[in-house]
Amino acid sequence: MDGQDKVEVSRRTLLGAAAFAGVFGAVLASVPAQAEEAGVTTGPAPDLSALPRKRVELLKPPFVHPHEQIATVGPQVVEFQLVIEEKQLVIDEYGTTVPAMTFNGSVPGPLMVVHQDDYVELTLVNPDTNTMQHNIDFHAATGALGGGGLTLINPGEQVKLRFKATRPGVFVYHCAPGGPMIPWHVVSGMNGAIMVLPRDGLKDGAGKPLKYDYVYYVGEQDFYVPKDADGNFKTYESAGDGYADMLEVMKTLTPTHEVFNGAVGALTGENAMTANVGETVLIVHSQANRDTRPHLIGGHGDHVWATGKFNNPPQIDLETWHIPGGCAGAALYTFLQPGVYAYVNHNLIEAVELGATAHFKVGGEWNDDLMTQVQAPTPIDG
Amino acid sequence: MTHTVAHQDKTALLVPIVLLAGLLATIAMQTGAIRPPVVTTSSLAPVTVTIAPRAYSYRAPGEFVRGTATVDGPLVTVDNPAPIEIMKYQVSASDYDRCVAYGACKKAEPRRRGLIDVPVTGVSFNDANEYAKWLSEKTGQTWRLPTIGEWAFAAGSKARDHALDIETKDPAERWLAFYEREAKLGANALATPSPIGTFGENEYGVVDLAETVWEWTATCGSRTTLGQADETLTYLDSCGVRLLEGRHRTPMNAFVRDAQGGGCTIGAPPDNLGFRLVREREWWRAPLDYAVGLLTKATSN
Ligand SMILES: [Cu+2]
Repeated sequence: MDGQDKVEVSRRTLLGAAAFAGVFGAVLASVPAQAEEAGVTTGPAPDLSALPRKRVELLKPPFVHPHEQIATVGPQVVEFQLVIEEKQLVIDEYGTTVPAMTFNGSVPGPLMVVHQDDYVELTLVNPDTNTMQHNIDFHAATGALGGGGLTLINPGEQVKLRFKATRPGVFVYHCAPGGPMIPWHVVSGMNGAIMVLPRDGLKDGAGKPLKYDYVYYVGEQDFYVPKDADGNFKTYESAGDGYADMLEVMKTLTPTHEVFNGAVGALTGENAMTANVGETVLIVHSQANRDTRPHLIGGHGDHVWATGKFNNPPQIDLETWHIPGGCAGAALYTFLQPGVYAYVNHNLIEAVELGATAHFKVGGEWNDDLMTQVQAPTPIDG
Repeated sequence: MTHTVAHQDKTALLVPIVLLAGLLATIAMQTGAIRPPVVTTSSLAPVTVTIAPRAYSYRAPGEFVRGTATVDGPLVTVDNPAPIEIMKYQVSASDYDRCVAYGACKKAEPRRRGLIDVPVTGVSFNDANEYAKWLSEKTGQTWRLPTIGEWAFAAGSKARDHALDIETKDPAERWLAFYEREAKLGANALATPSPIGTFGENEYGVVDLAETVWEWTATCGSRTTLGQADETLTYLDSCGVRLLEGRHRTPMNAFVRDAQGGGCTIGAPPDNLGFRLVREREWWRAPLDYAVGLLTKATSN
């Protein structure tokens, strides 16, 4: 087979890798072969000791850690850490709480950014203050249930997984500890996204480079909070206490809350996202469980990868785009007019009644050519 | 007008005595010698506070437009208002439930019921009016919602001026300023109604103003077009919409019980909708006040 050469190289280099790998070597050896666009490579992982390493501190969404849009160096190993936290989260302005499960304490978990052909090296930590087993399934990764098969850990344990980011795009990651635990952990908040940028940055359909001034990460979450006989939302001391009740609500497929970034109003008011006229914003939007249809009220999607994969040409001039459940999408927009914009799930019942609304505050000069109020409201003539 | 009082009672000697007693009490109250009286006439009649006359001002209600620019309404100054008697507390959930039990009020629909005795929330303007009607029948007194001006008069330092002081052709500028102000006002507010009295009283003894429960007023929504010299060019009211007062003033459809929390409308909607009522003054109060005024003037000279 045509991978023969590479197998040889890999075997040689594995010796070097084993010298420093320690515990981590066990993971290396068990990582299955991965396909590459340039040709199929099989066998053990190559020697990565020559690759530069970079440790990245993750930020709480909607913010995203600093990164290059166009890679100025070759592939590297990018180290991230996610600490799992089971915690009570207030999800609306009435103080409704859910016993949530989170990556790094936030819903969604933080957005990671790497470039194609980088290696993502994740340390997943499950502190002994938690009560459950958790793991992580990266939709960007290949094999072993997206890594889920190699990362299931008990409270008090940690694990390190490395995968090669072979396909550019935005991808969901989520906890998937098996059986009915899977949807339950996901709708309890255990999901996030990773962005794998093409090494030479984003491009439109004609190959023209596209750049952004800011990137915001919006994670949409459906919550299924049980109610008592009086119709009030119930609270539970721990996630486990609420499991049976919540499963019943989940099976109705009707969420009680559909929110951005963990709570009604998490991206409005003082937490509204900001930009200025003339600036370009990349909005990464994930929904790990349920379909959504983002829409920017008063604006558009200039270039949209609705299903989030950058090797497909972006659609242009969109009004609303569809992101299927279990997927992340990306939309690029240059603001042309100042004011307040609502960014919603344009099932408006979900936006208004269930919470799926964010706001952008945009500064700058009003453009009368684009819009003007010719006559203010006035009593009807005659 | 004072003559009316005199003619009411033929036992001429009694009149000055009664008047004098009333006068002394009123003067004492106005000069701050005693606190405004708390009136409880029957088990149903609410505790009230009487707001003594003083000059005050408030932002004119409704929307104002000059050209195509939305502008602040003018500041209305009232030099010599009549006193008003207003509920010390917002109408409580338990009081409201009595009206429901009687069959005269519709069930409130609070989004979130607080603990112990909380103000009634989840009530529309229409519900509040039904309650006022019922309370009036039960007490033989006249109860109604306050106007925006009366609310400002009673709220004193708790009333907020909503002027943005921005007049521009750029619609975004005023919009952003409005949004930012509302965002600040709404920040960190837990919207569950708190027990009555939680937030304390203002300088006139009125309790729980401008906190988590907004209050319906009788004032209709309206739009006024102003000319360059602030003269009114057009005015159109829209009484299907009534104004709510509280942390900020906002128009609302009269049938709405819950202004919604997660809304996609720009700006912060009220957390909860409730109300308090004013008691219409008896016919003889105005002439009495007039007499008090004359006498006060005479004695101070
Ligand atoms: Cu989990």
